Amino acid sequence: MILMREVHMDLISEEKLENMTSMEKIRLILDKVKNGKIVVLESGLTPDEEVRLIEMTMTEIRVDEFSGIEIESYPSKKGGSFLDKIFGKTLKGRMTVIGPANQIHTIEKDKYQISTKVSVGD
Amino acid sequence: MGFISSFRENLGAWINKIFKKKRAKIGLYGPPNAGKTTLANRILKDWSGEGTFGTISPIPHETRRAIRKEGLIINANGSTIELDIVDTPGMATKIDFKEFMAFGLSEAESKKRAKEATEGVIEAIKWLDDLDGILLVMDSSEDPYTQVNVTVIGNMEARKLPLLIVANKMDLPNASPSRIKAAFPQHAMVQISALEGSNIDNLYQAIATNFG
Repeated sequence: MILMREVHMDLISEEKLENMTSMEKIRLILDKVKNGKIVVLESGLTPDEEVRLIEMTMTEIRVDEFSGIEIESYPSKKGGSFLDKIFGKTLKGRMTVIGPANQIHTIEKDKYQISTKVSVGD
Repeated sequence: MGFISSFRENLGAWINKIFKKKRAKIGLYGPPNAGKTTLANRILKDWSGEGTFGTISPIPHETRRAIRKEGLIINANGSTIELDIVDTPGMATKIDFKEFMAFGLSEAESKKRAKEATEGVIEAIKWLDDLDGILLVMDSSEDPYTQVNVTVIGNMEARKLPLLIVANKMDLPNASPSRIKAAFPQHAMVQISALEGSNIDNLYQAIATNFG
């Protein structure tokens, strides 16, 4: 008999992320990941948001409860348009996958592809 | 606001270029066990002849507090640069105390180390705001596409601060600096063995060129 186990994934659109502050994004991600969900962000986070996410993750690590996150994104891409440059948006976030460290494991990553394996607990 | 801060950053970068800063505060960053403290100790030994930044260990997160040494004078490429060097704790997105138990530490020691390691990561992140540039130390035998590397590079690019990639552990048989260069071709890279001191003069020349 094959046991079916479920993985909950939330794919969050660029539009939704654009309307959120950095802190709202980080809180949303951490709350979901701490509940065992895998989060995929269509447009990713800015480099500064990524370090803030890591920083906040460190403050929330608890023995036997939460050991941190696995986060994988591609290197930032330079904003191409003239307006992006004028307004200082020279680096654009790219698709990012985030999950609980004890559940998601990166198998392989390069410039163009991220392969991950998700373990399902009991 | 974005325009003003962008203008200020660009102006600062131009002023630095024109006046060629001769003193710089440089952070050593990278994942745990990339050889940051080994490199920091070697730089200190080569240019001050005494002291160490910290102890070396195969157990990850041996460095759990940032350590700064000031006023190291480095002469290379016919120029002199004075460096304040900050050896930072290894950056990570996860810390599980059980990982330390696998190295033979007791449960209590492992939990203490894990707690201190989380504080160390936060400290390393805070230091990003106070640096003029960084040496990103990578283990040449490991996959360079780690999130720590991607995030640190992204932050340096966003801040328009100089970054020099140090492809360390060239003494290992499976070292592959070309993999690092292919992953981050837009940044200068020097391949060394901090442990053996090989190619270290090239690193000092690159430091003088990139941060001087």
